[in-house]
Amino acid sequence: MAESGLLQKEYWDLTYITGPLVFLKNGGRFPTGAILNLTMENGEVRQGQVLEVTTDHAVVQVLQGTVGIDIKGTAVSLKNEGARIACSKDVIGRVFNGIGQPIDGLAPIVAEEERSILGAAINPVSRNKPNDFIETGISVIDGFNTLVRGQKLPVFSGAGLPANELANMIVQQAQVRGEDEDFVVVFAAMGLTSREADYFTRSFEEGGQGQRVVAFMNKADDPVIERLFAPRSALTIAEYLAFDKDYQVLVILTDMTSYCEALRQISSAREEIPGRRGYPGYMYTDLSTIYERAGRIHGKKGSVTQIPILTMPDDDITHPIPDLTGYITEGQIVLGRSLHRQNVFPPVDLLPCLSRLMNNGIGEGRTTAWHREWSNQLYASYARGRDVRKLMAIVGEDALTPMDKNYLNFTVSFETNMVGQGFTRRTIEETFDIGWKLMGLLPKTELTRISRETVDEFYQETKPEDFK
Amino acid sequence: MADIAGKLVRISGPMIAADGMLGVAMGEMVKVGKLGLMGEVIRIDGETAYAQVYEDTSGMFLGEPVVAQGAPLSIELGPGLLGQTYDGIQRPLIDLQKTSGDFIDRGLSADPLDYTKKWAFTPKAAVGQEVTGGDYLGSVPETEYLDHNIMVPPGVSGKIKTIVGTGEYTVQETIATLEDGTELTMTHKWPVKLPRPFKKKLPMNQPFITGQRVLDMLFPIALGGSAIVPGGFGTGKTVVEQQISKFCNADIIVYVGCGERGNEMADVLDEFPKLRDPKTGGPLMNRMILVVNTSNMPVAAREASVYTGITLGEYYRDQGYSVAMMADSTSRWAEALREISSRLEEMPGEEGYPTYLSTRTAEFYERAGRVDCIGTITKGDEGRRGSLTLVGAVSPPGGDFSEPVTQNSMRVAGGFWALDAKLAYSRHYPAINWNMSYSLYLNDLDSWFRENAPAGWMENRQKAVDLLQRDTELQEIVQLVGPDALQEHERLVLEMARMVKETFLQQNAFSDDDAYSSLDKTGHLIEALMLFYAECESALSAGVTLESILSHPIREEVSRLRELNPEGFVEKKEKVVQEMKAALQGLVEKAA
Ligand SMILES: Nc1ncnc2c1ncn2[C@@H]1O[C@H](COP(=O)(O)OP(=O)(O)OP(=O)(O)O)[C@@H](O)[C@H]1O
Ligand SMILES: [Mg+2]
Repeated sequence: MAESGLLQKEYWDLTYITGPLVFLKNGGRFPTGAILNLTMENGEVRQGQVLEVTTDHAVVQVLQGTVGIDIKGTAVSLKNEGARIACSKDVIGRVFNGIGQPIDGLAPIVAEEERSILGAAINPVSRNKPNDFIETGISVIDGFNTLVRGQKLPVFSGAGLPANELANMIVQQAQVRGEDEDFVVVFAAMGLTSREADYFTRSFEEGGQGQRVVAFMNKADDPVIERLFAPRSALTIAEYLAFDKDYQVLVILTDMTSYCEALRQISSAREEIPGRRGYPGYMYTDLSTIYERAGRIHGKKGSVTQIPILTMPDDDITHPIPDLTGYITEGQIVLGRSLHRQNVFPPVDLLPCLSRLMNNGIGEGRTTAWHREWSNQLYASYARGRDVRKLMAIVGEDALTPMDKNYLNFTVSFETNMVGQGFTRRTIEETFDIGWKLMGLLPKTELTRISRETVDEFYQETKPEDFK
Repeated sequence: MADIAGKLVRISGPMIAADGMLGVAMGEMVKVGKLGLMGEVIRIDGETAYAQVYEDTSGMFLGEPVVAQGAPLSIELGPGLLGQTYDGIQRPLIDLQKTSGDFIDRGLSADPLDYTKKWAFTPKAAVGQEVTGGDYLGSVPETEYLDHNIMVPPGVSGKIKTIVGTGEYTVQETIATLEDGTELTMTHKWPVKLPRPFKKKLPMNQPFITGQRVLDMLFPIALGGSAIVPGGFGTGKTVVEQQISKFCNADIIVYVGCGERGNEMADVLDEFPKLRDPKTGGPLMNRMILVVNTSNMPVAAREASVYTGITLGEYYRDQGYSVAMMADSTSRWAEALREISSRLEEMPGEEGYPTYLSTRTAEFYERAGRVDCIGTITKGDEGRRGSLTLVGAVSPPGGDFSEPVTQNSMRVAGGFWALDAKLAYSRHYPAINWNMSYSLYLNDLDSWFRENAPAGWMENRQKAVDLLQRDTELQEIVQLVGPDALQEHERLVLEMARMVKETFLQQNAFSDDDAYSSLDKTGHLIEALMLFYAECESALSAGVTLESILSHPIREEVSRLRELNPEGFVEKKEKVVQEMKAALQGLVEKAA
């Protein structure tokens, strides 16, 4: 962020400090959204952002926290009329903090252009429908919840579940078939532990992505309020690279749960009426200004694809963080604890997963004409098998009908063979083959979700032993 | 009236306060700040007026001007609305794109209608005629298939002094004058929060046909009725609203994307122009108006968008058309109310929503209906009738229907189409839960279905409902003791219910042949299934084992009826029914 060239007038009129907020006496001097410098007596300078102004006060959130700030000795001056970030192609390969200052020890970025990190809404009529199939090499995604360019598809994880590994696998393996375009990863870390942050840095380096990554790092011990800026800084760069510089950009935002907690902290310091579980009532709107910054635009070559990662508190998908996210994003990939315990990787709980844009990316000329039927059939059969498994836990295996037992076999094989692929990469054709083989465990007449011609062409009876 | 202009004294997100506003009215539009952002007055406290601003307020300084506009939020009604895509305050998105590019700037304005286009006007009134609000002055062909009737605006009346002849006029040219000097053009403005008047509400006895089997057969609503579609994220609300928009029997569709996704709108804009209107064969887009305020667009304009939509709907209703309005999602509208209310520091009601949420919801749903339109009744003409049908999606937090928006909407909407995450998880689409959903219009529509739908409609409906009910009861037993403990007749119930769910209730929106199910297909498909059920019952009674019925290939044959196009469905179904009867007969003979 560039310093404003003008010498700014300083004021000493802090009146009140609470949580991450300070209140200034005279609200009229600064516009809302302005970035201020708070210069402490010991010379330390922190940044604040004006949230609200009235004639008798201004409310300012302090990015680096208020600990150590005192009312008497802190000078306030205007730094910038809004939060902005330097945009340039040179950001690629660099590491920044949440507010876009380099932290890799290299020279500051020479801005080609400065942009407000708030961004603006893409005009809905300018949006180009996302429809390029991204092959991630992961069966549960490619086969059942297909990702397309310009989509926002989050990973709902639980504490200790391998969401980062899954995200990394996508980064390493994802490609649009038959294309070798300029591809960049924009990575925003919010409240990540050092271990997690190191995991990503190392993986990017080992995978050779190092020179294609722009990272915005806010670790667990970094200032909390900067977390509110990190995804916006990242997305501003992503939009710049995609829509001005023609890159295909993959944005990883992790962990959105830390982001939401920072938002809650500000809200409670402002004494706002809390919504569900203490999160502010405007969290839906706030999250949408992050997640909606994905897509494609008519006449532009680049795209912004988003994979936000969040941790479901208590593995609860109805918690406001996953809930509001799911209401905005175009589907979700959900990790399950019981599969993880059984050492299935990736431990994706397929039933609550969804890709809403799947239909745009599959079918004749993209994957194959019968992709949707194939997926619907396997989904329906797997769901039925899961019901049978639950029933068996109550009534015992003996009380099941022969057909129920078929479904049970199918489901067990499905989880080990389809879901649990391990760290290998599968082509979509390999995924399809496994699916047909699994369907062979069921009688042919059960496959009514697939057209008869297709079943006739591909169906072959199989036995559980065939999967050993 | 002197201009009322004050100065900003507070800025808090989408809410501002200004001093020096004495004389401004509740609901009046104001222009805020140097950028002239549009806002609406929502509280007056002495000289201070509070307003919700339809655009992002960041970067504004206290002391910037706030100027009253003299009128509440109004939209402009006239030819050229159809096929448009507007934002929540009726700015054509395509025009915003021309002025500000791919990202929406602040402080833009754009004409809601094309003021340069000439329309072929044919007069329908004559000099000397007494006219009142709603009377036709003439008409223009708005699309190839739809005449737009130019009405005397509600509240205006008098004797026609002059009227133009047949010819081409723009919407701003005067086409008629009244004796008292009133000049009338092809357009007029209407405040969105004020319902447009009608003579009286009429009983609703014709169905709103959606082309979705589960809705048309089990939970049909009436033309002029209303329904809500509540469901957690990803359960299929948007797909239901889009399928209805494509296939329903209304003349005109107003689709409001209220606080939802940009890509969904891209999808509609990409897909709908390619689709044909089932009623006329013309492009589907020609009977639609889109009002789009995506989630990341300003929250106050989101609040306005549903009112803009419903006013557009009422306007075409007043011309005697049947209009359907889809609102996706009304929860986002309620949340916008909540956000503004909390900025005003109003005393919150349940879950932080303002206490007036229930009244606002009721007022909104009350704008649906089948009505006698305003206008002079002439001899031999009983007057125009129009209808406005309303389908509102509801997005309950955590998918829990006990929350205030679902509960308040349930009280006023006559149809309840409950989406169930569990069904969606197993890819049972549309994921409408047959146990929880209901329609209050069934009795009113009974005779229509008996007279117009395929024979046996109501009887087969009852059989299907009973079967599903029985299935629910038996499933409870199965969960305790397992399916093995059931009698064969009971297991047949489970199998048949499964077949009804898979073959009849499910309907894939992406299937070429099954996305739309005509009344004929719906009626005959359920008939075939109920016949199959009855035949299986008799076969079981005649000593055939359930196993041999279930493993007979005819079962798959009957299931696959669903895949057939409505075109020629009935004949093909007859053939399968004959085969089915023969097959079961064969089993009976073998068992004997
Ligand atoms: N009738 C249907 N046929 C096939 N697929 C369907 C159908 N209904 C829903 N789906 C699938 O479910 C997905 C989610 O549906 P939809 O977008 O309508 O959910 P929603 O309830 O509107 O969710 P949100 O509240 O998050 O907007 C669709 O993208 C589609 O894949
Ligand atoms: Mg939706």
